[in-house]
Amino acid sequence: MRDPATGLAIEASGLVKTFGATRALDGIDLAVPAGTVYGLLGPNGAGKTTAVRVLATLLRPNGGEARVFGHDVVREADAVRGKVSLTGQYASVDEDLTGMENLTLLGRLLGHRKPAARDRAGQLLAAFGLTEAADRQVKKYSGGMRRRLDIAASILNTPELLFLDEPTSGLDPRSRSQVWEIVRAVVAHGTTVLLTTQYLDEADRLAGRIAVVDHGKVIAEGTTGELKSSVGTGTVHVRLRDPRQRPEAERVLAAALGAPVQAEADPVALTARVGDDGSLQASERAARALAELAAAGVVVDDFSLGQPSLDEVFLVLTDRPAEPAGDEMEAA
Amino acid sequence: MSTATATDTRAPASYVPSAETLGTVMAPGARPPRPSPLAASLAFGWRAMLKIKHVPEQLFDVTAFPIIMTLMFTYLFGGALAGSTREYLQYLLPGILVTSVVMITMYTGVGLNTDIEKGVFDRFRTLPLWRPAALVGMILGDMLRYVLAGSVILAVGLVLGFRPGGGLAGVVAGLGLLVVFSFAFSWVWTMFGLILRSERSVMGVSMLVLFPLTFLSNVFVQPATMPGWLQAFVEVNPIAQLVTAVRSLMAGTPDAGAITWVLVASAVFATLFGALTMYRYNRV
Repeated sequence: MRDPATGLAIEASGLVKTFGATRALDGIDLAVPAGTVYGLLGPNGAGKTTAVRVLATLLRPNGGEARVFGHDVVREADAVRGKVSLTGQYASVDEDLTGMENLTLLGRLLGHRKPAARDRAGQLLAAFGLTEAADRQVKKYSGGMRRRLDIAASILNTPELLFLDEPTSGLDPRSRSQVWEIVRAVVAHGTTVLLTTQYLDEADRLAGRIAVVDHGKVIAEGTTGELKSSVGTGTVHVRLRDPRQRPEAERVLAAALGAPVQAEADPVALTARVGDDGSLQASERAARALAELAAAGVVVDDFSLGQPSLDEVFLVLTDRPAEPAGDEMEAA
Repeated sequence: MSTATATDTRAPASYVPSAETLGTVMAPGARPPRPSPLAASLAFGWRAMLKIKHVPEQLFDVTAFPIIMTLMFTYLFGGALAGSTREYLQYLLPGILVTSVVMITMYTGVGLNTDIEKGVFDRFRTLPLWRPAALVGMILGDMLRYVLAGSVILAVGLVLGFRPGGGLAGVVAGLGLLVVFSFAFSWVWTMFGLILRSERSVMGVSMLVLFPLTFLSNVFVQPATMPGWLQAFVEVNPIAQLVTAVRSLMAGTPDAGAITWVLVASAVFATLFGALTMYRYNRV
């Protein structure tokens, strides 16, 4: 299912949402191809949750417009609601009810008669490994079980677009990888997924394309590969034997790589980002640099050329580290 | 033996998602048509019942509180105001019934406020449903609480010596009118439940509104002894009209004027505050 004209599941332009003096969304543009996982990556308070809430018809934007499968999220909110499901940052299930009751209630709200709703709930609980917990109140579930129930609730009527707002925040590693497997199965089935996350590795593993969001704006967009190469195709790490040779090594490297060289806190370490230019591949430049270091008599203990991590991408794009910056709450 | 038990308890944690099983549950049968407004409201009403089943303590306010109110006021004022507690009870009981049930309506707002804080309302609001269903269902569930509270008070009253002239039919009609009014009045609190930030402030505003409305009325005393300006207020106070109507029904001498007044007031409350509530609900 896609917007027949564009093949896009989500199309947003210039979305603005303010809360008092705060501009939670400051002109967001998005184009999410149908049938893919699209990641919104950013630190706390960047506007990810607000963007999801606008697209899921929970908030009205102050400016700009957004379409989900060609339907306007404000004027045709009801049509949008017929196609999407939301798993929010905080469990979108009723903690007082049991897992079975939650899914049965939702089945009834989606138009199933009670016996059919119970059958469907039973199937989903089994598929998500919750059969044993079916008659327990959700408040007694572990974080991972709750998250699974939440996602089960979201696919009760298989949606065309699933919003997952920080689906693995606060989960242990095993539960995280379970959620990842589930997301993959959901997409394999043809559902488009919009995923927000502040974990770079999560976006890297799941999402085909990523928009990096900061201060309510998309500051970079592309496939993970494109984002990484926008920063440079690789990073050269060099370790010297003798710290006194570092200034010399720095000069040789800068000349050979044609890129600025950074002296690390470690007195024998140097790093440089290498880009492709038309004439030479990053690997060739690196090889030449190594040869020139040897020719200059600099003793190298360790030399490596690696892909930049998304952490480095984030650092370069935002001029600050990707680690969650304090406890600012996402404006909701 | 103990090893086996340990493995068993750990078993649920070792859930391994299988693409195959997940694939089969995702295969959607034909999507059912959307539920009707009534079916959706009833499903939400069922949710309210389930919540009572799981958290029965929440019935405390509709059982213990009304009993205390009835006992307290009967014995506190009975001798002074009517000569004997038994005689006063004939006057007081319909009034205390109305006061208690109307007081309980404020928990609708408090409940909605706490509910909305949790993520589950986000899910409800993204469902393609008749929009007011979640709130209507919630209030339908609350109506059960009103009936329960009303029945408790009537039972206590009967034990203490309340003897309504209207018999069973009069009592049921009186309670019915009270529940209709309370349903309509609840929409005032859903509006506040959506506007105000915290559970506490919803409580505060509710008390601010309810105390004058219930006490500056004919619940406890005949308005004839009040100063003129206060009598004028009591005259237009919907709670006073409701008490008059319920009293008349239970006594077997229905006051058509008061009953009509109550029904019109109910319609106004439900329409006006229902609309305001839905306006807020769509723009939280």
